[in-house]
Amino acid sequence: MTEHRTAQQRPAQTRPAQPWIDQGWVRIAAPAALGAAALVAWEVAVTALDIQPYLLPAPTAILAQLQAALGGIVAAALATGRNAALGLLLGAVAAVVVAALASRVRWLDQVVAPLVAAIAVVPIVALAPVLQTMYGATSEMPRIIVVAIASFVPVFITTLRGLRQVRPVHRDLMRAYGATGWQATRVVTLPGAVPFVFAGVTIASSVAVISAVVAEYFGGLQNGLGSRIASAAAQSGYSRAWAYVVAAIVLGLVFYGVTLVVERIASRWARVPVT
Amino acid sequence: MSAVEVSGVTKVFEVRSGRGAATVRALDDVSLTVAEGEFVALIGPSGCGKSTLMRLIADLDEPSSGDVRVFGMPARRARLERAYGIAFQQSGLLPWRTVRANVELPLQLHGAPAADRRARADELIELVGLTEFADRHPDQLSGGMQQRVAIARALAEHPRLLLMDEPFGALDEMTRERLQGELLRIRAETGAAVVFVTHSIPEAVFLADRVVVMSPRPGRITDTVAVERAPIAAGPADDAVRETDAFFRSVTAVREALHGREGAAPRGAEAR
Repeated sequence: MTEHRTAQQRPAQTRPAQPWIDQGWVRIAAPAALGAAALVAWEVAVTALDIQPYLLPAPTAILAQLQAALGGIVAAALATGRNAALGLLLGAVAAVVVAALASRVRWLDQVVAPLVAAIAVVPIVALAPVLQTMYGATSEMPRIIVVAIASFVPVFITTLRGLRQVRPVHRDLMRAYGATGWQATRVVTLPGAVPFVFAGVTIASSVAVISAVVAEYFGGLQNGLGSRIASAAAQSGYSRAWAYVVAAIVLGLVFYGVTLVVERIASRWARVPVT
Repeated sequence: MSAVEVSGVTKVFEVRSGRGAATVRALDDVSLTVAEGEFVALIGPSGCGKSTLMRLIADLDEPSSGDVRVFGMPARRARLERAYGIAFQQSGLLPWRTVRANVELPLQLHGAPAADRRARADELIELVGLTEFADRHPDQLSGGMQQRVAIARALAEHPRLLLMDEPFGALDEMTRERLQGELLRIRAETGAAVVFVTHSIPEAVFLADRVVVMSPRPGRITDTVAVERAPIAAGPADDAVRETDAFFRSVTAVREALHGREGAAPRGAEAR
């Protein structure tokens, strides 16, 4: 079988000498070094220029707060993370279902398109207090809904784009087989759109964490990062507020990292080259 | 009963360009009969409507006027009763499915039980010589192998008619010739009629019993060349067939039909 050619045998896989900038350890070490240098510069600047804590606390002060309140910070991050995860899941599932319907039913597409545009410009800040009043102060529901609405839009847009990328040859094949519309959607269109769905989820992941944090600024339960940041700042606990901000950044990175990995897995499954 | 019966078919496309809506006569009063088990090649320059004609037989498009019958049935019913198998220039394999799952696709869509599907797919994969690649994905195969999978998929439901639209058009010459030989062997084993669209004269002559020559603007059948078969003993020795005088005579006959006979105006130049 002379035609035999597998992915493992491609010559490009043998990795010739790479420039130093592309080597694995440099790609991790270089940003880490830059970050460390920035932190040192920050620390030196705060001490040397005698900057007041309410303007900018020193990294060491923030680190001390992180250590002191670690248990509470982790609990708050978990509460916010749970809202973000549930809202992201809810929004993404709704987005995929509505996009699948819109790609199949023409009039529905035309009805939904302006509504999605409207949802896309809904300011979370405007919505959160309204939902807070609707559900009362002891419910996580308003926060989850805020996250779901914010996550819906990017997932809907990328999914619909993926669903519309059916190749003509596949359309012909489905017609030749006499496949019903839903069969074609299930067998060709949806699997082909899977990488697009997860590309949307990756975009939505950062939005989800930001929305979950911001939604907490408007009262309700005092269990999450957003409410802790607000109350620490109100009580002049600037270093503590910053410690929670650091936790929010870490939470956002975790969400982004996890969804990025899932997106890679989805692309590999669908055999789409990762770009 | 003939496999394909096309009578007086015209296909007009609306082309919206700029502000005006022009019409293009892709096919003009075309009639063609393909007997059961017959291998017919459609050949002609770009725009002669050869692909359109095949798409009408497959009921992928509908004729503006005229009648298309497949095994005596209207084209639409023939499609829904899966009277034909089909392959295109692009293999159209689903990249997330293995070779086996791709071959099983039509059977799966038509509700065949999983065990039957698998047995039939394995049989077909063996027929096209890809048994050891059954669990691979299309991106791990060469273009020629992908096209063989597409042919196996076209054969999945024992069609008595195969429709092929330049299935080897994107392959290199060596792979192309090998697959032509394989197609003849498969066709001999299945006894299916074949309508094969191509723009390669040697390919048409090598494969077909009859070469139908078409010309563009409007798309018409201008000539039909019955291919001479050299009496070669036992088994198709592909290269030997390609070197016989009969093969060259048929190639010349098709070329003259395409470009106009000596003395006639050289339509070939215009046809490009």
